[in-house]
Amino acid sequence: MNSFSYARPSDIGTAVDELATHEGAKFIAGGTNLLDLMKENVEHPNRLVDINRLALSTIEDTEEGGLRLGALATNADTAYHSAVQSRYPLLSQAILAGASAQLRNMATNGGNLFQRTRCYYFYDTQTPCNKREPGSGCGALNGFNRIHAILGTSDQNPETACIATHPSDMCVALAALDAVVRVTGPMGERTIRFADFHRLPGHEPWLDTTIQPGELVTAIDLPAKGFPEYFTYIKLRDRQSYAFALVSVAVGLEIDNNRITDARIALGGVAHKPWRKPEVEARLVGQSISETDFAPIAEALLEGAKGYGHNTFKIELAKRAIVRALQRAAKLEPQV
Amino acid sequence: MQTTLSPETRADLAPSLPQKQAIKLTINGTVHHLELAPWTTLLDALREYLHLTGTKKGCDHGQCGACTVLVDGKRINSCLTLAVMKEDSDITTIEGLAAENGLHPLQTAFVEHDAYQCGYCTPGQICSAVGLMNEGQAKTIDDIRELMSGNLCRCGAYPHIVDAIREVMHIEPKS
Repeated sequence: MNSFSYARPSDIGTAVDELATHEGAKFIAGGTNLLDLMKENVEHPNRLVDINRLALSTIEDTEEGGLRLGALATNADTAYHSAVQSRYPLLSQAILAGASAQLRNMATNGGNLFQRTRCYYFYDTQTPCNKREPGSGCGALNGFNRIHAILGTSDQNPETACIATHPSDMCVALAALDAVVRVTGPMGERTIRFADFHRLPGHEPWLDTTIQPGELVTAIDLPAKGFPEYFTYIKLRDRQSYAFALVSVAVGLEIDNNRITDARIALGGVAHKPWRKPEVEARLVGQSISETDFAPIAEALLEGAKGYGHNTFKIELAKRAIVRALQRAAKLEPQV
Repeated sequence: MQTTLSPETRADLAPSLPQKQAIKLTINGTVHHLELAPWTTLLDALREYLHLTGTKKGCDHGQCGACTVLVDGKRINSCLTLAVMKEDSDITTIEGLAAENGLHPLQTAFVEHDAYQCGYCTPGQICSAVGLMNEGQAKTIDDIRELMSGNLCRCGAYPHIVDAIREVMHIEPKS
């Protein structure tokens, strides 16, 4: 790990000022990803601003009937919170599908949004990676890319190519739930729709999110609609527990009298951000759950998917997982 | 081949070496005053500065669980947190589990069930199992297996480890 200085502000204003006045400083909360990346020399902040003393750990109801998840509430406390389990079981299920119990006890909700990709080439400083070292190339494109993206990739220009995936399970559920991220920074407070929070690699694969320098996530707001009756999170991986997703699917449905009245489908493990296509979800509305063939929906969600060799299997895997997840959410088969 | 950082970037990484700072850690009920650099992990503070070597360094990346300790009763990976971040916490390591009159029930169960071979992962396994019981979420053997997945055992003693934990939790063998 590189040397760095350390600060532990006790209020949000001071924390934001710390980043504004120290170039190269970073916030640290749980530290589970940042310290790992510092040990690998992928991240090397010259100052760490420990935000754990800020009062951002509460989980409380919003006036709109939703739930506000404090940025510093841990993943474990969130997944096991009674309001999350009863009103947003999809989120609880997704969080508990990720990491290990120890890591979930440390990792925070805010930090989960900033997890960096688990691409081997991003981690290995001896190989090129446009995300870690802009312009150096992409080791994964013609390398070992079994875990890599099949949708929304950047692969035309060698200097901006990136086929990394976003590693979070929690974020896949948050995308399906239309969560809203609350941030504060030098320019004041603002909110970011979850769909706009993470980005595709495009011409700037080194940027994972749309957050501005110096901004701090303070909370994640869940809207009132939580799909507590018809939902599922399916995660497919190389071992049954404690592994990142090859493909994951979060589904939330509203069903009235055997007909779908609202549908959300978000995919993980396939792109640089949780993958959604609202126009495809809309095709399910009005359909009878017992008579609908979900395969064309899966086809439409994977439209434009591209394999890079080792990861080409993900295209068919994702389609089948989507069909299975829709059936499971609709209670046409057991939740397991 | 491109390596890590260009020289001009590297030069301003650390303008001056930050001073060590006074850090107070409460471990197994004892308050310790240390002078540590801020980048000292809790794991390194325990092993290198307090000589509490029961907590093991396996992968040092949060993947194996050998470094598991309890912070305010919750299990965490001590390799992925800085000592300075835990100044206000009560830390319990494997050395702090036994009472004066005998081993912790999980320690006894690990002995009785022969829940190890080389023993390197054992302190982490036991601290993790204590955390598991504190959490109160595991009701079945499958739950134990799932919620202990952050602790690897390269000898493959898993069946005996699960048996030891199950017995202390009063969960039936075929639940």
